[in-house]
Amino acid sequence: MSARLEGYGRLIDRSQRVSFQFNGKRLRGYAGDTLASALMGAGQLVLGRSFKYHRPRGAVASGGEEPNALIGLGRDGRFEPDQRATTTELFDGLEAVSQNHWPSLAFDVGELNTLAARVLPAGFYYKTFMAPRGAWVKIFEPFIRMSAGLGRVPETADADRYEYLYAHYDVVVVGGGVAGLVAARAAAAGGAKVLVLEQSAHWGGRAPVDGGEIDGLAPDNWVKTALEDLEKAPNVTLRNRAMAAGVYDHGYLLAYERVADHTPGDGRPRHRLWRIRAGRIVTATGALERPLAFAGNDVPGVMLASAMRDYLVNWGVAVGQRIVVVTNNDDAYRTALAMQAAGREVAAVLDARERVTGALPDAARAAGIDVREGHAIAEVRGHSRVKSVLAARQKGAGKAGEEIACDAVAMSGGWSPVVHLWSHCGGKLLWDDDAAMFRPDPDRAPTGADGAGFVLTAGAASGALRLDATLADAHAAGKAAAKGAGGKATRKAAPKAVCEPEAAIEPVWIMPAEAGPEKRMKMWLDYQNDVKVSDVQLAAREGYESVEHTKRYTTLGMATDQGKLSNINGLAVLSQALHKPIPETGTTTFRPPYTPISFGAIAGEARGDLFQPLRRTAMHEWHEANGAFWEPVGHWRRPYCYLRGGESHAEAVAREVSNTRENVGLLDASTLGKILVKGPDAGRFLDMMYTNMMSTLPVGKCRYGLMCSENGFLIDDGVVARVGEDEWLCHTTTGGADRIHGHMEEWLQTEWWDWKVYTANLTEQYAQIAVVGPKARQVLQAVGGMDVSKEALPFMQWKDGRLGGLPVRIYRISFSGELSYEIAVDANLGQGLWDRLREAGMGFGMMPYGTEALHVLRAEKGFIMIGDETDGTVIPQDLGLNWALSKKKDDYLGKRAQERSHMADPERWRLVGLETTDSSVLPDGAYIPAHGKNANGQQNTQGRVTSTYYSPTLGRGIAMALIHRGPERMGETVGVPVHDGTGRVVEAKIVETCFYDKEGAKQDV
Amino acid sequence: MSEAVSALAGATYDGYCKVSDAGPVGMVTLRGDLAAKGFGAAVKKATGCAVPGQGALTSAKGRRLAWMSPDELLLFCGYDEAGTLATALGAALAGQHALAVNVSDARVVLHLEGVGAREVMAKLTPADVSPEAFGPGQMRRTRLAQVAAAFHMPDAARFEIIAFRSVAAYVFELLSTAAQPGGEVGLFPAGE
Repeated sequence: MSARLEGYGRLIDRSQRVSFQFNGKRLRGYAGDTLASALMGAGQLVLGRSFKYHRPRGAVASGGEEPNALIGLGRDGRFEPDQRATTTELFDGLEAVSQNHWPSLAFDVGELNTLAARVLPAGFYYKTFMAPRGAWVKIFEPFIRMSAGLGRVPETADADRYEYLYAHYDVVVVGGGVAGLVAARAAAAGGAKVLVLEQSAHWGGRAPVDGGEIDGLAPDNWVKTALEDLEKAPNVTLRNRAMAAGVYDHGYLLAYERVADHTPGDGRPRHRLWRIRAGRIVTATGALERPLAFAGNDVPGVMLASAMRDYLVNWGVAVGQRIVVVTNNDDAYRTALAMQAAGREVAAVLDARERVTGALPDAARAAGIDVREGHAIAEVRGHSRVKSVLAARQKGAGKAGEEIACDAVAMSGGWSPVVHLWSHCGGKLLWDDDAAMFRPDPDRAPTGADGAGFVLTAGAASGALRLDATLADAHAAGKAAAKGAGGKATRKAAPKAVCEPEAAIEPVWIMPAEAGPEKRMKMWLDYQNDVKVSDVQLAAREGYESVEHTKRYTTLGMATDQGKLSNINGLAVLSQALHKPIPETGTTTFRPPYTPISFGAIAGEARGDLFQPLRRTAMHEWHEANGAFWEPVGHWRRPYCYLRGGESHAEAVAREVSNTRENVGLLDASTLGKILVKGPDAGRFLDMMYTNMMSTLPVGKCRYGLMCSENGFLIDDGVVARVGEDEWLCHTTTGGADRIHGHMEEWLQTEWWDWKVYTANLTEQYAQIAVVGPKARQVLQAVGGMDVSKEALPFMQWKDGRLGGLPVRIYRISFSGELSYEIAVDANLGQGLWDRLREAGMGFGMMPYGTEALHVLRAEKGFIMIGDETDGTVIPQDLGLNWALSKKKDDYLGKRAQERSHMADPERWRLVGLETTDSSVLPDGAYIPAHGKNANGQQNTQGRVTSTYYSPTLGRGIAMALIHRGPERMGETVGVPVHDGTGRVVEAKIVETCFYDKEGAKQDV
Repeated sequence: MSEAVSALAGATYDGYCKVSDAGPVGMVTLRGDLAAKGFGAAVKKATGCAVPGQGALTSAKGRRLAWMSPDELLLFCGYDEAGTLATALGAALAGQHALAVNVSDARVVLHLEGVGAREVMAKLTPADVSPEAFGPGQMRRTRLAQVAAAFHMPDAARFEIIAFRSVAAYVFELLSTAAQPGGEVGLFPAGE
C-alpha cells in the first residue's frame, strides 16, 4: 500500500489540503502535489490500463518520461486526454479519469488480450494486412477497434485561449536544475542576455533529492541562493513551467509554457508557445533512469529507483512498505538508504554486478541491508500489485530462485543523458562503454550560420552524472555559450561540490541474462505501446537489422512518450540479437517536441475570428447589413448576391442580372488590383508585361490587356489606364493584385534592374464602385458634378472630377456589356460615395449586385474570367484573344513560348460557346467525351465546360467550353454527361462565345 | 474631407495595454534613388524631414519620414495635407526618376500604449522588440501574426502600427486579444 509519510515532502504544503476527483471518487492531496503523488498518497497505485494488453499499470517514473500514468483531465471544454499524472500539478477541484479500460479500472474485459498475447506479436498489423481481405474486415478490425486506443477525443470546443511569444536571447539555458543554474550564472557573468527554462514548477532538479553539497550548502539551500542571484541579475530571465520542445536551424528554439494548467479558468492563456531566437542554447536537461528488463517489470509497484526516491523526498509518499531494489549501478542504493531511513523495510538489494564495493553499497550494508551480489529478479509476482519477487543469479536462466515477499520494487538500469534537444538539429552522439550510455559528442555539435556549434550540453545531459562533474561541466558550458554568443568568458570559478564516489555500472539489458522465452515475453521495454523483449528479438529473427525499421515494425518508442524509457534498452536488446555492438546499431532519430505539446499552443491566437485574416472593403459593413451572401475571394469576402425577402440565391442572382440589364446595378469592385507604374521606361516595361501595346495608349484612355507568364500561359487580365505622361494604372483581377505586383517587381529587380520604373500597389487606396446599366448615366447625372455624357467621357476613357462633392476618377469601362462607369474614390470616402449613388439611384430602380450576377453578365457577353477560362495551361490563342496580341512588338513575356509547336498546334482545345438543345444548365467543369479509349483504358475527351450559368436575359442555360478545334466546329452538337446518377447526356450546340449584344452597341452609348 | 472614415472608425480597447485607432493619417509613398544628388534636399524642402537611414525614421514639423526599403520611404503627415505633399514631392523631384503617391487610405494606423506594450507586440511579431534592440527613431517592417505590418515607437511607452486597410479589423482584434488582462508575461522590465 502506498501512503503518506510524516516528515517528508519538500514540495508539498501540508497546511493546504486540496480536494480532487479520480474516476468520480473524491480524494485529497496537498498543495504542491502532482496528480500522481496525490493519487499514490491516497493509496491509489493503479492509474491506467496498458494500450494493447490492458494490463493494470501504475506510475513507473516521476516526471515527463512517464509512460503509464496517462489520464483524461478536466471536463467539457477543458477535457484533455493522455495527460501525464506525473507532470500534472494538483489543484482544487481537479477531475481525472483513467483511460483504456472497460468496464472499470479494476476489472477490464480487454485484459483477455494478455491471454491472446501469442497472437499479437511484433508486426501483428503488418502481417494482418497481408491476410485475406475478408479476415481483416470481419475479424481483425472490429477486435482491434474495440481494444485499441488511449484517451477519448474531446467533444466540445476548447474553452481556453493560447498565445505565442517571440523572444530573442544571447543564451537560452534549458533546465533549471543545478547544472542549468550554474550554466546560467556563468553565461550571465559573461554579459550575455540569458533565458532559463524549467519544465516543472520547481527549480533545482534532482540534486535536492540526491544529496551532496555545493559550496558548503545542502543543494536545496544552494539552489535558493543561486536563484536569488539570478533574479537580481538584470540580464537574466527565469521561466518555470516552460519546457523547451524543439531546437531548429538558426538557433530557433520552441518552448511550451504551461501558464494556467494548474489554475484553469483564471483568465490567463492556458499555454504560451515561446518562439525563441538564441545565439547559443545550453541544454542542462539532465538524464533519465533506465528500467531493467525482467519478467513482470510492469506490475504496479515496480518503479524506477529515482522515482521512488522522488515520491518519498519531494511529496512524502512511500510507494511500498517492504521493497526490493534491483540495480546494476551505485545510484539505486540512494533509494535503498532513503527508504530504510524513512522506516520502510528494504528486503534486499539485488545487484547484477558480481562484486559490489562502492561507498554507497557499503553504507547500505552498514545500515543492515541485505546486498546480494550477482543477483537479478527472475520474475515479479502479483497482478495489480507486487506481491513478491523471485531472486536468482544474473548469470543464468532464472529457473530457480528465492521468493522474497515485497510490495514494491525499485529498479535502476543506469542513466541516459537527455540528448533530445542536442540531436534535433543534427548533434551527434557517441557510445560511452564505461558509463553504458549514449552521450553528446562535443566535436559534432549542431552548427549555426557561423560554423560553430550553437547547442552546448551541460551537466548530466553531457554525461557528467556525478554532482562535482556536473557542476564543472555546466560552468564550462555557460562560460563558452556567453563567449560564443558575443559576450565574454567569465573568470569566476565553478561552484565546488562534494558527493559520494560511485563505482562503475555494468550494463544489463536482459535479466537474468539467459532468461528463456516465457520470461522474455513478460519483459516490458516500451510500457506505453506494450513492446517486450521477445518482440524486438522476433523482429531481429525476421530480418530487421535497422533500428529505424525495428522501431516501426514493433512500435517500440512510437507512443506519446517517444520511448524515453525504452529506446536505449530496446536497441541494446536488438544489438544483442544481431550480435552487433550498440554504437553500430545506433539510435532512432530524436524529433521535436520533447514531450507532447497542445494543439492549442501550436495554433496560438489563430482561432475564431483570428483563424485567418479577413479582408474587408470600405463597404463591407453595408453589404453585411443588407443581405449579402458572402463568397470568399482570396482573403476577401465579396457579396455573391444580396438576398431580399424569402428569395433563393438563384432568384436573387436572376433579379440582379435582369435589373442591371433593364435599369441599373451597383457593384463593389474595390477588390480589383490597382498598380501604379511610373517612370521614363514605364511604357517599354508595360509593353513587355502585357501582350498588347500599352506605350502608345494616349493619356486619358483605357485599354484591356492580357498578361502571360514567360511560358506563354495567360496569368491575368484587366484594364490599363494611362494616367500621365510616364504613368499608367494597371487593374488586375482580385486574386492577382499581390501576385502581379510581385511579378512586376521580380522582372524589374532581377532582369530589367536598369530600367527606370517604379511601381506602387494602390489596391487598397481606392474604393471602386461600378454603376452599370442603361440608366447608369442618369444616376451619375442625378448625383451631379461631372459631365458624363458620351461626348465628354466616351467609352474606354477616364476623367477626374468631383461627383456629389467627392473627388473621384471615373473610368468608362464595361465588364457587362452595358453602359458602365467604374468610379474610384479614396477608400475612406468609399461608403460616402456608395450612399450618394444609392440615394440618386432610387428613382431609377437601382439595386446592388454581387459576384454571381457579375459572372452571368460577363458570360452572356462571352468575356473570359481568369481562373474559369484559364487554369495555368491556357494561352490567349486558345481563348480567341489573338486580337489582343500585338503584332507590332518585337517581344512580350510569353511571345516566344506561344510560338512553340505545341502552343501553335491547331489540335488544341479552343474556346466556344455551348447552347443546350433543351435550354438546361450544364454542370460546371463537365468533360465532353470523345469516341474510344486512350492507352490507359480511359474514356477519350474532346473538351470541358469552363463557365456555365442560367442566363435570365436569354431565359436559358449558357456555357463556354474549351473544345478540340472548337471554333472550326460551329453548329455541331456534342454530348455532355451531367452525372446526375441517371447516365443522362445533354446535347449542346457549339456556338459563338458571345450570347448578347454581339455588336457591342449597348456599352458604347 | 470631414466625411473620411478610417477603417476602424475610432475603435479602442482597454486591456492591460490600450489599443486605439489613430484615425485618418496622411501617408505618402515615395520611391526614388535615396542617394541621388539633390534627393535629400528636395525631400527636406518639401516635407521638412531628413532622409532616414536604413531601418530608421526622422521627424520634423509634426511629420515623420520612415525608411521602407533601399528605394522607398513612407511619409506620415496630416491626413488633409497628404495629397498636396505628394504633389509637392513630385514637383521637387521633377528632374529625377521618382514616384510620390498618396496612400493614406490604403493603410490603417493603430496605437498601442501602456506598460507591457513591448510584450504585447512580442506576441505577434517575430521582430525583436526588446529595449536593447528597438526604440524610438527606428522603423520596422515585419508581420503581425498572418499579415504584413510595420511599426515604430513615437516614445518609450507607445507603438504606432501601420497595416493594410482591408485587414484593420483583424489587426485590431489581434492586438486586443494579445492585450487581454491575464496575458501579462512580465517579459521586459516595468516601464520599458
